[in-house]
Amino acid sequence: MEQYSSKVMEHFTSPKNVGEIENPSGVGHVGNPVCGDIMELYIKVDDKEVVTDAKFKTFGCGAAIATSSMVTEMIIGKTVDEAEKVSNRAVTEALGGLPKVKMHCSVLAEEALKKAIDDYRERSKDEKNNKDNKG
Amino acid sequence: MRVYLDNNSTTPISDEVKKEIVSAMDVYGNPSSLHQFGVEARNIVEKARLRIAQALGCDNQEIIFTGGGTESDNLAVRGYLKTTSKKHIITSAIEHHAVYNMFNELEKEGYRVSRIGVDKNGILDIEQLKEHLSEETAIVSIMLANNETGAVQPIAEVVSAVKSIYPHIIVHTDAVQAFGKMKFKVKDLGVDLLSVSAHKINGPKGVGALYVRKGVKIKHLVSGGHHERNIRPGTENVAGIAGFGLAAELSVSGIDRNNGQLEKLKIKFIKGIRESIDNITVNGDPEKTLSNTVNVSFNNVEGESVIMMLDMHGIAVSTGSACTSGSLEPSHVLKAMGADPVSSQGSIRFSMGKYTTEDEIDYLLEKLPSVIERLRKMSPLERESK
Repeated sequence: MEQYSSKVMEHFTSPKNVGEIENPSGVGHVGNPVCGDIMELYIKVDDKEVVTDAKFKTFGCGAAIATSSMVTEMIIGKTVDEAEKVSNRAVTEALGGLPKVKMHCSVLAEEALKKAIDDYRERSKDEKNNKDNKG
Repeated sequence: MRVYLDNNSTTPISDEVKKEIVSAMDVYGNPSSLHQFGVEARNIVEKARLRIAQALGCDNQEIIFTGGGTESDNLAVRGYLKTTSKKHIITSAIEHHAVYNMFNELEKEGYRVSRIGVDKNGILDIEQLKEHLSEETAIVSIMLANNETGAVQPIAEVVSAVKSIYPHIIVHTDAVQAFGKMKFKVKDLGVDLLSVSAHKINGPKGVGALYVRKGVKIKHLVSGGHHERNIRPGTENVAGIAGFGLAAELSVSGIDRNNGQLEKLKIKFIKGIRESIDNITVNGDPEKTLSNTVNVSFNNVEGESVIMMLDMHGIAVSTGSACTSGSLEPSHVLKAMGADPVSSQGSIRFSMGKYTTEDEIDYLLEKLPSVIERLRKMSPLERESK
Protein backbone atom coordinates (compact mmCIF):
# COMPACT_ATOMS: atom_id res chain seq x y z
CA MET A 1 0.00 0.00 0.00
CA GLU A 2 1.07 3.60 -0.54
CA GLN A 3 2.53 5.36 2.49
CA TYR A 4 0.55 7.81 4.57
CA SER A 5 1.65 11.45 4.41
CA SER A 6 3.27 13.05 7.45
CA LYS A 7 0.12 15.13 7.96
CA VAL A 8 -2.02 11.97 8.11
CA MET A 9 0.39 10.47 10.63
CA GLU A 10 0.28 13.65 12.69
CA HIS A 11 -3.53 13.57 12.86
CA PHE A 12 -3.52 9.85 13.53
CA THR A 13 -1.01 10.00 16.37
CA SER A 14 -2.40 13.19 17.93
CA PRO A 15 -5.98 13.47 16.72
CA LYS A 16 -7.74 16.73 17.49
CA ASN A 17 -11.23 16.96 18.98
CA VAL A 18 -11.78 13.35 19.99
CA GLY A 19 -14.94 12.79 21.99
CA GLU A 20 -18.59 13.73 22.13
CA ILE A 21 -20.40 17.02 22.75
CA GLU A 22 -23.09 17.14 25.42
CA ASN A 23 -26.29 18.65 24.03
CA PRO A 24 -24.89 18.95 20.50
CA SER A 25 -26.55 21.10 17.85
CA GLY A 26 -26.18 18.27 15.34
CA VAL A 27 -24.80 14.73 15.04
CA GLY A 28 -23.80 12.78 11.92
CA HIS A 29 -23.44 9.01 12.12
CA VAL A 30 -22.15 7.13 9.06
CA GLY A 31 -20.63 3.77 8.10
CA ASN A 32 -20.99 0.23 9.40
CA PRO A 33 -18.67 -2.42 10.77
CA VAL A 34 -18.87 -4.56 7.62
CA CYS A 35 -17.20 -1.87 5.50
CA GLY A 36 -14.75 -1.29 8.32
CA ASP A 37 -15.38 2.32 9.30
CA ILE A 38 -17.87 4.09 11.54
CA MET A 39 -17.74 7.85 12.11
CA GLU A 40 -19.72 10.02 14.48
CA LEU A 41 -19.40 13.76 14.13
CA TYR A 42 -20.81 16.19 16.72
CA ILE A 43 -21.20 19.94 16.12
CA LYS A 44 -22.12 22.85 18.36
CA VAL A 45 -23.54 25.88 16.56
CA ASP A 46 -24.22 29.29 18.15
CA ASP A 47 -27.10 31.66 17.35
CA LYS A 48 -25.00 33.40 14.70
CA GLU A 49 -24.87 30.05 12.83
CA VAL A 50 -21.16 29.63 13.58
CA VAL A 51 -19.72 26.19 14.37
CA THR A 52 -18.12 26.83 17.75
CA ASP A 53 -17.09 23.25 18.49
CA ALA A 54 -16.80 19.91 16.72
CA LYS A 55 -15.86 16.49 18.05
CA PHE A 56 -15.67 12.96 16.65
CA LYS A 57 -15.64 9.32 17.51
CA THR A 58 -14.34 6.91 14.88
CA PHE A 59 -13.94 3.16 14.53
CA GLY A 60 -11.62 2.68 11.59
CA CYS A 61 -8.20 2.66 10.05
CA GLY A 62 -5.50 5.33 10.33
CA ALA A 63 -6.95 7.31 7.42
CA ALA A 64 -10.45 7.26 8.93
CA ILE A 65 -9.15 8.68 12.21
CA ALA A 66 -7.00 11.30 10.48
CA THR A 67 -9.81 12.50 8.17
CA SER A 68 -12.21 12.74 11.13
CA SER A 69 -9.71 14.81 13.05
CA MET A 70 -8.99 17.05 10.05
CA VAL A 71 -12.63 17.71 9.25
CA THR A 72 -13.35 18.87 12.82
CA GLU A 73 -10.39 21.26 12.64
CA MET A 74 -11.54 22.64 9.30
CA ILE A 75 -15.10 23.46 10.32
CA ILE A 76 -14.59 25.04 13.74
CA GLY A 77 -15.03 28.81 13.34
CA LYS A 78 -16.85 28.53 10.03
CA THR A 79 -20.51 29.34 9.54
CA VAL A 80 -22.77 26.37 8.87
CA ASP A 81 -23.08 27.37 5.20
CA GLU A 82 -19.28 27.56 4.86
CA ALA A 83 -18.79 24.29 6.71
CA GLU A 84 -21.22 22.58 4.37
CA LYS A 85 -18.92 23.39 1.47
CA VAL A 86 -15.97 21.50 2.97
CA SER A 87 -15.58 18.61 0.54
CA ASN A 88 -13.81 15.29 0.79
CA ARG A 89 -11.30 16.66 -1.72
CA ALA A 90 -10.52 19.63 0.54
CA VAL A 91 -10.02 17.30 3.52
CA THR A 92 -7.74 15.04 1.46
CA GLU A 93 -5.72 18.00 0.24
CA ALA A 94 -5.35 19.38 3.77
CA LEU A 95 -3.97 15.98 4.79
CA GLY A 96 -1.37 16.08 2.02
CA GLY A 97 -3.19 13.34 0.08
CA LEU A 98 -4.40 9.85 0.89
CA PRO A 99 -3.50 6.47 -0.61
CA LYS A 100 -5.99 5.56 -3.37
CA VAL A 101 -7.48 2.66 -1.42
CA LYS A 102 -8.20 5.05 1.45
CA MET A 103 -10.09 7.72 -0.50
CA HIS A 104 -13.40 6.30 0.75
CA CYS A 105 -12.42 7.47 4.25
CA SER A 106 -12.52 11.10 3.14
CA VAL A 107 -15.87 10.48 1.45
CA LEU A 108 -17.13 9.09 4.73
CA ALA A 109 -15.90 12.20 6.59
CA GLU A 110 -17.75 14.45 4.15
CA GLU A 111 -20.91 12.37 4.57
CA ALA A 112 -20.64 12.56 8.37
CA LEU A 113 -20.30 16.34 8.14
CA LYS A 114 -23.30 16.69 5.81
CA LYS A 115 -25.40 14.50 8.09
CA ALA A 116 -24.42 16.52 11.17
CA ILE A 117 -25.43 19.73 9.39
CA ASP A 118 -28.71 18.20 8.19
CA ASP A 119 -29.38 17.08 11.73
CA TYR A 120 -28.62 20.58 13.03
CA ARG A 121 -31.07 22.11 10.50
CA GLU A 122 -33.80 19.61 11.41
CA ARG A 123 -33.32 20.34 15.08
CA SER A 124 -33.39 24.12 14.66
CA LYS A 125 -36.52 23.85 12.51
CA ASP A 126 -38.20 21.83 15.25
CA GLU A 127 -37.07 24.33 17.87
CA LYS A 128 -38.41 27.21 15.81
CA ASN A 129 -41.73 25.41 15.34
CA ASN A 130 -41.94 24.71 19.06
CA LYS A 131 -41.27 28.36 19.86
CA ASP A 132 -43.85 29.49 17.28
CA ASN A 133 -46.41 27.09 18.71
CA LYS A 134 -45.76 28.31 22.22
CA GLY A 135 -45.63 31.96 21.09
CA MET B 1 13.15 -1.31 21.02
CA ARG B 2 12.25 -2.99 17.71
CA VAL B 3 10.16 -6.15 17.96
CA TYR B 4 9.34 -8.21 14.88
CA LEU B 5 6.19 -10.28 15.38
CA ASP B 6 5.22 -10.76 11.75
CA ASN B 7 7.07 -13.99 11.02
CA ASN B 8 4.13 -15.51 9.13
CA SER B 9 4.65 -12.75 6.55
CA THR B 10 8.35 -13.37 6.27
CA THR B 11 11.35 -14.09 8.48
CA PRO B 12 14.86 -12.71 8.90
CA ILE B 13 17.57 -14.70 7.12
CA SER B 14 19.75 -16.54 9.60
CA ASP B 15 23.51 -15.89 9.57
CA GLU B 16 24.30 -19.47 8.55
CA VAL B 17 21.94 -19.22 5.58
CA LYS B 18 23.33 -15.87 4.56
CA LYS B 19 26.85 -17.35 4.47
CA GLU B 20 25.64 -20.32 2.44
CA ILE B 21 24.05 -17.97 -0.12
CA VAL B 22 27.06 -15.73 -0.41
CA SER B 23 29.44 -18.63 -0.95
CA ALA B 24 27.09 -20.15 -3.56
CA MET B 25 27.13 -16.83 -5.40
CA ASP B 26 30.77 -17.38 -6.25
CA VAL B 27 29.77 -20.48 -8.18
CA TYR B 28 28.50 -18.83 -11.29
CA GLY B 29 28.18 -21.75 -13.68
CA ASN B 30 24.85 -22.78 -15.13
CA PRO B 31 23.74 -26.02 -13.47
CA SER B 32 22.68 -27.33 -16.89
CA SER B 33 26.15 -26.89 -18.45
CA LEU B 34 28.32 -29.93 -18.98
CA HIS B 35 31.66 -28.33 -18.07
CA GLN B 36 33.09 -28.17 -14.58
CA PHE B 37 31.68 -24.71 -13.89
CA GLY B 38 28.24 -26.16 -14.53
CA VAL B 39 28.91 -29.28 -12.50
CA GLU B 40 29.92 -27.20 -9.46
CA ALA B 41 26.62 -25.33 -9.65
CA ARG B 42 24.69 -28.58 -10.25
CA ASN B 43 26.25 -30.04 -7.10
CA ILE B 44 25.02 -27.10 -5.04
CA VAL B 45 21.47 -27.47 -6.39
CA GLU B 46 21.43 -31.22 -5.81
CA LYS B 47 22.81 -30.93 -2.28
CA ALA B 48 19.99 -28.51 -1.46
CA ARG B 49 17.44 -30.81 -3.10
CA LEU B 50 18.59 -33.66 -0.89
CA ARG B 51 18.40 -31.48 2.23
CA ILE B 52 14.83 -30.47 1.42
CA ALA B 53 13.86 -34.04 0.58
CA GLN B 54 15.22 -35.17 3.94
CA ALA B 55 13.40 -32.38 5.75
CA LEU B 56 10.14 -33.42 4.09
CA GLY B 57 10.75 -37.15 4.29
CA CYS B 58 10.71 -37.91 0.58
CA ASP B 59 12.98 -38.85 -2.30
CA ASN B 60 15.13 -36.08 -3.79
CA GLN B 61 13.67 -36.88 -7.22
CA GLU B 62 10.31 -35.74 -5.89
CA ILE B 63 11.41 -32.11 -5.30
CA ILE B 64 10.95 -29.41 -7.95
CA PHE B 65 12.43 -25.97 -7.25
CA THR B 66 10.21 -22.96 -7.97
CA GLY B 67 10.19 -19.21 -7.47
CA GLY B 68 8.28 -19.41 -4.18
CA GLY B 69 5.16 -20.66 -2.42
CA THR B 70 2.67 -18.95 -4.70
CA GLU B 71 4.29 -20.42 -7.79
CA SER B 72 4.41 -23.87 -6.17
CA ASP B 73 0.66 -23.70 -5.46
CA ASN B 74 -0.14 -22.61 -9.00
CA LEU B 75 2.19 -25.18 -10.55
CA ALA B 76 0.63 -27.94 -8.44
CA VAL B 77 -3.01 -27.22 -9.19
CA ARG B 78 -2.86 -25.80 -12.70
CA GLY B 79 -0.04 -28.14 -13.66
CA TYR B 80 -2.16 -31.13 -12.69
CA LEU B 81 -5.36 -29.79 -14.29
CA LYS B 82 -3.51 -29.64 -17.62
CA THR B 83 -3.30 -33.43 -17.56
CA THR B 84 -6.98 -34.20 -16.95
CA SER B 85 -10.37 -33.43 -18.50
CA LYS B 86 -12.17 -33.51 -15.14
CA LYS B 87 -13.73 -30.16 -14.28
CA HIS B 88 -14.58 -30.28 -10.57
CA ILE B 89 -12.07 -28.96 -8.04
CA ILE B 90 -12.25 -28.66 -4.25
CA THR B 91 -10.58 -26.28 -1.81
CA SER B 92 -11.29 -24.77 1.61
CA ALA B 93 -12.79 -21.41 2.55
CA ILE B 94 -9.64 -20.40 4.44
CA GLU B 95 -6.82 -20.77 1.93
CA HIS B 96 -4.00 -18.29 1.45
CA HIS B 97 -4.67 -15.94 -1.48
CA ALA B 98 -2.25 -17.96 -3.64
CA VAL B 99 -4.79 -20.80 -3.65
CA TYR B 100 -7.95 -18.82 -2.83
CA ASN B 101 -7.62 -16.43 -5.78
CA MET B 102 -6.38 -19.15 -8.11
CA PHE B 103 -9.59 -21.12 -7.48
CA ASN B 104 -11.67 -17.95 -8.05
CA GLU B 105 -9.94 -17.58 -11.40
CA LEU B 106 -10.32 -21.26 -12.27
CA GLU B 107 -14.03 -20.89 -11.57
CA LYS B 108 -14.21 -18.08 -14.11
CA GLU B 109 -12.33 -20.30 -16.55
CA GLY B 110 -15.11 -22.89 -16.32
CA TYR B 111 -14.20 -25.20 -13.45
CA ARG B 112 -16.84 -26.12 -10.88
CA VAL B 113 -15.44 -25.20 -7.45
CA SER B 114 -16.48 -26.53 -4.03
CA ARG B 115 -15.22 -24.52 -1.05
CA ILE B 116 -15.31 -26.52 2.16
CA GLY B 117 -16.15 -24.70 5.38
CA VAL B 118 -14.48 -24.79 8.78
CA ASP B 119 -15.68 -24.90 12.39
CA LYS B 120 -15.42 -21.98 14.84
CA ASN B 121 -11.77 -22.86 15.47
CA GLY B 122 -10.96 -22.73 11.79
CA ILE B 123 -10.60 -26.50 11.33
CA LEU B 124 -11.85 -28.10 8.10
CA ASP B 125 -15.21 -29.90 8.09
CA ILE B 126 -14.25 -33.33 6.72
CA GLU B 127 -17.84 -34.57 6.53
CA GLN B 128 -18.69 -31.66 4.26
CA LEU B 129 -15.66 -32.48 2.13
CA LYS B 130 -16.86 -36.09 1.70
CA GLU B 131 -20.24 -34.88 0.44
CA HIS B 132 -18.60 -32.93 -2.37
CA LEU B 133 -16.30 -35.67 -3.67
CA SER B 134 -17.32 -37.20 -6.98
CA GLU B 135 -16.10 -39.12 -9.99
CA GLU B 136 -15.70 -35.74 -11.73
CA THR B 137 -13.39 -34.30 -9.04
CA ALA B 138 -9.86 -33.68 -10.32
CA ILE B 139 -8.02 -32.25 -7.34
CA VAL B 140 -8.47 -31.28 -3.69
CA SER B 141 -6.27 -28.46 -2.37
CA ILE B 142 -6.37 -27.83 1.39
CA MET B 143 -3.67 -26.00 3.35
CA LEU B 144 -1.72 -27.73 6.11
CA ALA B 145 -1.66 -24.76 8.53
CA ASN B 146 -3.47 -21.47 8.15
CA ASN B 147 -1.42 -18.31 7.78
CA GLU B 148 -3.80 -16.03 9.70
CA THR B 149 -4.78 -18.19 12.68
CA GLY B 150 -2.15 -20.94 12.61
CA ALA B 151 -4.95 -23.56 12.68
CA VAL B 152 -3.53 -26.96 11.72
CA GLN B 153 -5.71 -28.88 9.26
CA PRO B 154 -6.28 -32.65 9.35
CA ILE B 155 -4.59 -33.36 6.02
CA ALA B 156 -3.86 -37.05 6.67
CA GLU B 157 -7.59 -37.53 7.32
CA VAL B 158 -8.43 -35.55 4.20
CA VAL B 159 -6.19 -37.82 2.15
CA SER B 160 -7.70 -41.03 3.54
CA ALA B 161 -11.25 -39.69 3.17
CA VAL B 162 -10.56 -38.82 -0.47
CA LYS B 163 -8.48 -41.81 -1.52
CA SER B 164 -10.63 -44.46 0.19
CA ILE B 165 -13.53 -43.56 -2.11
CA TYR B 166 -11.82 -42.03 -5.16
CA PRO B 167 -8.17 -43.08 -5.48
CA HIS B 168 -7.87 -41.08 -8.71
CA ILE B 169 -8.36 -37.69 -7.01
CA ILE B 170 -5.11 -35.79 -6.48
CA VAL B 171 -4.55 -34.10 -3.11
CA HIS B 172 -2.40 -30.96 -2.84
CA THR B 173 -1.53 -29.16 0.36
CA ASP B 174 -0.09 -25.68 0.76
CA ALA B 175 2.43 -26.33 3.55
CA VAL B 176 4.09 -22.92 3.31
CA GLN B 177 3.14 -21.92 6.89
CA ALA B 178 3.49 -25.40 8.37
CA PHE B 179 6.97 -26.28 7.08
CA GLY B 180 9.60 -25.94 9.78
CA LYS B 181 6.93 -25.07 12.40
CA MET B 182 5.29 -28.46 12.92
CA LYS B 183 6.62 -31.98 12.48
CA PHE B 184 5.36 -33.84 9.45
CA LYS B 185 6.58 -36.16 6.74
CA VAL B 186 4.95 -36.11 3.32
CA LYS B 187 4.67 -39.91 3.38
CA ASP B 188 2.64 -39.77 6.62
CA LEU B 189 0.33 -37.12 5.20
CA GLY B 190 -0.11 -39.17 2.04
CA VAL B 191 -0.52 -36.12 -0.22
CA ASP B 192 0.38 -36.12 -3.91
CA LEU B 193 1.60 -32.52 -4.09
CA LEU B 194 2.92 -30.19 -1.37
CA SER B 195 4.15 -26.58 -1.55
CA VAL B 196 6.88 -25.00 0.59
CA SER B 197 8.72 -21.69 0.60
CA ALA B 198 12.17 -20.61 1.82
CA HIS B 199 11.50 -17.15 3.24
CA LYS B 200 9.09 -18.38 5.92
CA ILE B 201 11.87 -20.48 7.51
CA ASN B 202 14.67 -17.92 7.81
CA GLY B 203 15.71 -18.49 4.21
CA PRO B 204 15.79 -16.16 1.18
CA LYS B 205 12.81 -14.72 -0.69
CA GLY B 206 11.98 -15.81 -4.23
CA VAL B 207 12.61 -19.54 -3.86
CA GLY B 208 10.28 -22.39 -3.05
CA ALA B 209 9.70 -26.02 -3.87
CA LEU B 210 6.96 -28.39 -4.88
CA TYR B 211 6.90 -32.00 -3.76
CA VAL B 212 5.50 -34.16 -6.55
CA ARG B 213 4.88 -37.74 -5.43
CA LYS B 214 6.52 -40.33 -7.68
CA GLY B 215 3.99 -41.43 -10.28
CA VAL B 216 1.99 -38.17 -10.24
CA LYS B 217 2.14 -36.30 -13.55
CA ILE B 218 1.97 -32.51 -13.79
CA LYS B 219 2.75 -30.22 -16.71
CA HIS B 220 4.81 -27.05 -16.91
CA LEU B 221 3.01 -23.68 -16.91
CA VAL B 222 5.66 -21.66 -18.72
CA SER B 223 7.51 -22.86 -21.80
CA GLY B 224 11.26 -23.23 -21.89
CA GLY B 225 14.12 -25.67 -21.45
CA HIS B 226 14.38 -29.04 -19.76
CA HIS B 227 15.08 -27.79 -16.24
CA GLU B 228 13.54 -29.43 -13.19
CA ARG B 229 12.35 -32.51 -15.09
CA ASN B 230 10.64 -30.37 -17.76
CA ILE B 231 8.17 -29.16 -15.14
CA ARG B 232 9.73 -25.82 -14.26
CA PRO B 233 11.85 -24.35 -17.06
CA GLY B 234 14.37 -21.60 -16.38
CA THR B 235 17.90 -21.56 -15.02
CA GLU B 236 17.82 -22.44 -11.33
CA ASN B 237 18.28 -19.74 -8.68
CA VAL B 238 21.42 -21.49 -7.46
CA ALA B 239 22.31 -19.20 -4.54
CA GLY B 240 18.69 -18.99 -3.35
CA ILE B 241 18.31 -22.76 -3.61
CA ALA B 242 21.52 -23.25 -1.60
CA GLY B 243 20.12 -20.99 1.13
CA PHE B 244 16.78 -22.77 1.05
CA GLY B 245 18.44 -26.17 1.48
CA LEU B 246 20.27 -25.11 4.61
CA ALA B 247 17.28 -23.20 5.99
CA ALA B 248 15.12 -26.33 5.59
CA GLU B 249 17.69 -28.51 7.35
CA LEU B 250 18.11 -26.04 10.24
CA SER B 251 14.39 -25.44 10.75
CA VAL B 252 13.54 -29.13 10.86
CA SER B 253 16.49 -30.11 13.08
CA GLY B 254 15.71 -27.25 15.49
CA ILE B 255 11.95 -27.75 15.55
CA ASP B 256 11.61 -29.19 19.07
CA ARG B 257 13.82 -26.56 20.65
CA ASN B 258 12.08 -23.71 18.82
CA ASN B 259 8.57 -24.94 19.50
CA GLY B 260 9.32 -25.50 23.16
CA GLN B 261 10.39 -21.88 23.49
CA LEU B 262 7.52 -20.58 21.32
CA GLU B 263 4.87 -22.48 23.30
CA LYS B 264 6.14 -20.89 26.51
CA LEU B 265 6.01 -17.41 24.97
CA LYS B 266 2.59 -18.07 23.48
CA ILE B 267 1.12 -19.10 26.84
CA LYS B 268 2.69 -16.08 28.52
CA PHE B 269 1.36 -13.72 25.87
CA ILE B 270 -2.21 -15.07 25.90
CA LYS B 271 -2.31 -15.04 29.71
CA GLY B 272 -0.85 -11.54 29.75
CA ILE B 273 -3.38 -9.96 27.38
CA ARG B 274 -6.31 -11.76 29.04
CA GLU B 275 -5.26 -10.18 32.32
CA SER B 276 -4.64 -6.69 30.99
CA ILE B 277 -7.24 -6.15 28.23
CA ASP B 278 -10.96 -6.90 28.43
CA ASN B 279 -13.35 -7.76 25.60
CA ILE B 280 -10.91 -9.73 23.47
CA THR B 281 -11.29 -13.01 21.56
CA VAL B 282 -8.40 -15.38 20.92
CA ASN B 283 -9.33 -16.75 17.48
CA GLY B 284 -8.95 -20.49 17.10
CA ASP B 285 -8.03 -23.18 19.59
CA PRO B 286 -4.47 -22.50 20.86
CA GLU B 287 -4.03 -26.29 21.26
CA LYS B 288 -4.65 -26.85 17.55
CA THR B 289 -2.58 -23.99 16.15
CA LEU B 290 1.06 -23.53 15.27
CA SER B 291 3.26 -22.72 18.25
CA ASN B 292 4.27 -19.36 16.82
CA THR B 293 0.88 -17.85 15.89
CA VAL B 294 -1.67 -16.02 18.05
CA ASN B 295 -4.65 -14.31 16.41
CA VAL B 296 -6.60 -11.97 18.67
CA SER B 297 -9.65 -9.79 18.09
CA PHE B 298 -9.66 -6.58 20.10
CA ASN B 299 -13.32 -5.76 19.91
CA ASN B 300 -14.46 -2.25 18.97
CA VAL B 301 -11.16 -1.17 17.43
CA GLU B 302 -10.00 -1.56 13.85
CA GLY B 303 -6.91 -3.62 13.06
CA GLU B 304 -4.98 -1.21 10.88
CA SER B 305 -5.00 1.51 13.52
CA VAL B 306 -3.66 -1.03 16.05
CA ILE B 307 -0.83 -1.94 13.65
CA MET B 308 0.05 1.72 13.12
CA MET B 309 0.13 2.52 16.83
CA LEU B 310 2.19 -0.56 17.67
CA ASP B 311 4.52 0.37 14.81
CA MET B 312 5.17 3.70 16.54
CA HIS B 313 6.42 1.67 19.50
CA GLY B 314 8.62 -0.36 17.13
CA ILE B 315 6.40 -3.45 17.24
CA ALA B 316 5.57 -5.11 13.91
CA VAL B 317 2.37 -7.18 13.62
CA SER B 318 -0.27 -7.62 10.94
CA THR B 319 -4.03 -7.79 10.57
CA GLY B 320 -6.16 -10.76 9.84
CA SER B 321 -8.30 -8.44 7.78
CA ALA B 322 -6.54 -7.81 4.51
CA CYS B 323 -7.20 -4.34 3.19
CA THR B 324 -8.34 -4.92 -0.35
CA SER B 325 -8.61 -2.12 -2.85
CA GLY B 326 -11.65 0.11 -2.53
CA SER B 327 -13.09 -1.33 0.62
CA LEU B 328 -11.92 -2.92 3.81
CA GLU B 329 -13.21 -6.44 3.66
CA PRO B 330 -13.07 -8.50 6.80
CA SER B 331 -10.75 -11.49 6.59
CA HIS B 332 -12.27 -14.42 4.64
CA VAL B 333 -10.68 -16.75 7.17
CA LEU B 334 -12.36 -15.27 10.25
CA LYS B 335 -15.60 -14.92 8.29
CA ALA B 336 -15.49 -18.65 7.49
CA MET B 337 -15.02 -19.28 11.22
CA GLY B 338 -18.24 -17.38 11.88
CA ALA B 339 -16.68 -14.32 13.53
CA ASP B 340 -18.85 -11.19 13.49
CA PRO B 341 -17.63 -8.23 11.38
CA VAL B 342 -16.63 -6.02 14.33
CA SER B 343 -14.51 -8.75 15.83
CA SER B 344 -12.91 -9.55 12.44
CA GLN B 345 -12.09 -5.89 11.82
CA GLY B 346 -10.21 -5.78 15.11
CA SER B 347 -8.19 -8.94 14.59
CA ILE B 348 -4.42 -8.89 14.86
CA ARG B 349 -2.00 -11.66 14.03
CA PHE B 350 1.04 -11.97 16.27
CA SER B 351 3.50 -14.39 14.68
CA MET B 352 6.69 -15.16 16.54
CA GLY B 353 9.87 -16.64 15.13
CA LYS B 354 13.00 -18.41 16.26
CA TYR B 355 14.60 -15.12 17.30
CA THR B 356 11.65 -13.93 19.43
CA THR B 357 12.67 -13.40 23.06
CA GLU B 358 10.79 -13.20 26.34
CA ASP B 359 11.90 -9.57 26.71
CA GLU B 360 10.14 -8.78 23.46
CA ILE B 361 6.89 -10.34 24.66
CA ASP B 362 7.22 -8.38 27.92
CA TYR B 363 7.66 -5.19 25.90
CA LEU B 364 4.59 -6.02 23.80
CA LEU B 365 2.54 -6.72 26.92
CA GLU B 366 3.68 -3.37 28.34
CA LYS B 367 2.64 -1.35 25.25
CA LEU B 368 -0.44 -3.15 23.95
CA PRO B 369 -3.01 -2.31 26.68
CA SER B 370 -2.54 1.46 26.32
CA VAL B 371 -2.77 1.27 22.52
CA ILE B 372 -6.09 -0.59 22.71
CA GLU B 373 -7.38 1.73 25.43
CA ARG B 374 -6.52 4.79 23.38
CA LEU B 375 -8.27 3.51 20.27
CA ARG B 376 -11.29 2.37 22.26
CA LYS B 377 -11.64 5.88 23.67
CA MET B 378 -12.01 7.08 20.08
CA SER B 379 -14.43 4.31 19.09
CA PRO B 380 -18.19 4.94 18.93
CA LEU B 381 -18.74 1.18 19.28
CA GLU B 382 -17.19 1.15 22.73
CA ARG B 383 -20.04 3.25 24.17
CA GLU B 384 -22.70 1.19 22.39
CA SER B 385 -21.34 -2.05 23.81
CA LYS B 386 -21.43 -0.71 27.37
